[in-house]
Amino acid sequence: MQSSVLLLLLIGLMALAYQMGRRRSVRLVGGYGKVRELNSLPSYYGAYAAMWAGIPALLVYGLWLAIQGNVVSHWLVAELPPEIQQLPKAELALVVNDIKNLAAGSILSGHPEPYMQVAADHLHSLRQTGQAALAVVVLSLGIAGLVLARQTIRKDMRARTRVEQVIKVLLIISSTIAIFTTIGIVLSVLFESIRFFQAIPISDFLFGLQWSPQTAIRADQVGSSGAFGAVPLFAGTLLISGIAMFVAVPIGLMSAIYLSEYAGPKLRAMAKPTLEVLAGIPTVVYGFFAALTVAPFIRDSGALIGLDVSSESALAAGLVIGIMIIPFVSSLSDDVINAVPQAMRDGSYALGATRSETVRRVIIPAALPGIVGGVLLAVSRAIGETMIVVMAAGLTANLTANPLESVTTVTVQIVTLLVGDQEFDSPKTLAAFALGLMLFVTTLVLNVVALHVVRKYREQYE
Amino acid sequence: MQAVQASLKRRYAAERRFRFLGLSAVVLGLVFVAILFVTIISNGYTAFTQTHIALDIHFDPQQIAPNGDTSPAALSKGNYAALVKQALREEFPEVTGRNDKRQLYRLMSSGAAFDLLNRVKADPSIIGTTQRLWLVADDDVDMLVKGHFDRDLPESDRRVKNETIAWVDKLATEGRVKQQFNTAFFTHGDSREPELAGIGGAVAGSFYMLLVTVALSFPIGVAAAIYLEEFAPTNRWTDLIEVNINNLAAVPSIVFGLLGLAVFINFFGLPRSAPLVGGLVLTLMTLPTIIIASRAALKSVPPSIREAALGIGASKTQMVFHHVLPLAMPGMLTGTIIGMAQALGESAPLLMIGMVAFIVDIPGGPTDPATALPVQIFLWADSPERGFVERTSAAIMVLLAFLISMNALAVYLRKKFERRW
Repeated sequence: MQSSVLLLLLIGLMALAYQMGRRRSVRLVGGYGKVRELNSLPSYYGAYAAMWAGIPALLVYGLWLAIQGNVVSHWLVAELPPEIQQLPKAELALVVNDIKNLAAGSILSGHPEPYMQVAADHLHSLRQTGQAALAVVVLSLGIAGLVLARQTIRKDMRARTRVEQVIKVLLIISSTIAIFTTIGIVLSVLFESIRFFQAIPISDFLFGLQWSPQTAIRADQVGSSGAFGAVPLFAGTLLISGIAMFVAVPIGLMSAIYLSEYAGPKLRAMAKPTLEVLAGIPTVVYGFFAALTVAPFIRDSGALIGLDVSSESALAAGLVIGIMIIPFVSSLSDDVINAVPQAMRDGSYALGATRSETVRRVIIPAALPGIVGGVLLAVSRAIGETMIVVMAAGLTANLTANPLESVTTVTVQIVTLLVGDQEFDSPKTLAAFALGLMLFVTTLVLNVVALHVVRKYREQYE
Repeated sequence: MQAVQASLKRRYAAERRFRFLGLSAVVLGLVFVAILFVTIISNGYTAFTQTHIALDIHFDPQQIAPNGDTSPAALSKGNYAALVKQALREEFPEVTGRNDKRQLYRLMSSGAAFDLLNRVKADPSIIGTTQRLWLVADDDVDMLVKGHFDRDLPESDRRVKNETIAWVDKLATEGRVKQQFNTAFFTHGDSREPELAGIGGAVAGSFYMLLVTVALSFPIGVAAAIYLEEFAPTNRWTDLIEVNINNLAAVPSIVFGLLGLAVFINFFGLPRSAPLVGGLVLTLMTLPTIIIASRAALKSVPPSIREAALGIGASKTQMVFHHVLPLAMPGMLTGTIIGMAQALGESAPLLMIGMVAFIVDIPGGPTDPATALPVQIFLWADSPERGFVERTSAAIMVLLAFLISMNALAVYLRKKFERRW
């Protein structure tokens, strides 16, 4: 049975349960006229029955959806001929993949062997049995829940309290998803990173100066021993983020100051949303802009004054990331500048200071913690930015501080290592997770510090 | 007094400088917006039309249905490319050499043959007739006609040869080259040929992905916001949740891609390249946005509403769901739309979960392999053909149009339902 049909049936069952529970409660007291004798409103009895019919069945259904892929593969492998089961893990995965393709009727990597055909048929029947069993279990659970709930409905049953308890549990579960996401991120990058550090010593990774993540496929291959020194990547990331901040902080900060202290309401109403447009543009668009317009422009203007500029220069990527973060810096600075009490401005004016003196000597020092927090958040944005650097920065790891050369970043390497088919036990793929761990930890520290600073700052003036 | 008078001039100059700096920062920001849009639009607007060439096609029964069998299966086996080639040969009888002929055939797209097949399938009675038909031209011809190739360059530096230019010019003077609205761009899936490539598949992929995202992130986000704002006691646990939400909002999107790869694909064994997995990853990404916006919406509902509801005997749950939630709903919807707009433009995590595959078919459901609109832009931006530059810009324009209308809808909703208490 199709899973969507099953889901629809289940929803139908819940609706039926609602109606039955509701009607049952009304009939227990003998008609709508005596509803007041019930402990709760009839609709709560309906909701109570619907919950019993739906929730256990949905839980089983979700559990099966989550594990079915792995379970079916496991059963499939158990039925394969023993000599196939003896194959190394990677080859076995290929065979399983072929069988799945065969069962789906798509093209194979080679000619199907007879045991594959048998296995594909087996897989097909496994899937069908699985689906059928799931349908039977889920529907009977639903019906059992319905019957049970209908039996337990009494005149004095506290249906409302029970329903509200269930709702509260659902609300709590929803709110913990943020925690589970964080745990999921940490675990997923941590486990693979630990496997990576078993193959490559952590000191080599953190302090090595050579990055060339090609590992040899054959033992006798030349020149691809694989070097995983991440310093050039960190340096490249810092260089590009530095250029980005060099563009974004002055422009963002100055425009925030101008718009909040100088500009008339008309200009502000026009310029603010227009600048925020920059924040809403997808990063892939910036990447295209960087690769198509900015990088060639910088290369040509460099050639004009006799400089040799790489067509994937760090300058182009950094510049465009900077443009992307301008609205981020400017709206955060705008917030903190507006939070500075008006009394401080008035005091400064009363002493005879000009506007710019007030801004420089009073407002900026007062708002400094908030501005620093905003800038830290912007730095974490720049470090984690992916699409722009993937499209406009280079792939080769150069250890250089020259913004006209091509450098690569942590995010670029994560993408290049993980896009396409990969095996999950080579240091090459695992390196991406180690880089991901570095990225996550760095941005986490920056964010925690920045959010803390901003919060402390806000409290100061409240 | 003297000292103040003396320094005044310098101070006013500093004031003017500062003011000028501020203004130039604002102007610079606006100029960046302008340059970005001008570049994209000037590169992309031509992609909405496509060059077609009129050819006299003779539907030769020998090539299409040698046995006289006109069932769709038999018709599909016909050699339609040969019909196009024959028409070109008749048009330019002076072309004889093998290489020249091959060059001549490249005037037309390989899609022209499929077009003929569909016409014959729709109406088999045209077999044996000769008709003048507008057929899709090759992307190089398209670029030439649209003026994207510089004719003054030496021939060796140009993608199109002198002969091709001469042929196209001859056809053009006969009025047999024209621009038609490019429907293929909106209905086709991806293709290696720029003139046949379209965003249909990518839009469908994005649609299924957003469907999954909104179906999960809206209820979960609203529920989490309700709990944190209305029910939760202030203790370490809720503090931890809050810190987590704020941090997740600032975690780089690519890290969510790593999570999706490790958890959804490797651990749970969900299919690669599927909008379902993309939707799950984007759900986790947009949840912080939605939760934060929903909490702000709940906060803006005045306490008097809650007290009134409780005062007439509503339970706390009834108070929240019957009174507070309806009043906070517009704000929550606005936040959700903005979150969806973010999700629509996101591409980095999708690269991690295999949505960068070259997929020609238009996906029919959330578990079919698909790509998303921003990823399609990324893929096309990597293609070297000049025709793809135009398509990329046009796809960006479509994406931006979606985003702008979503944001405009959010602003409209906020304006319409905003209440000052």
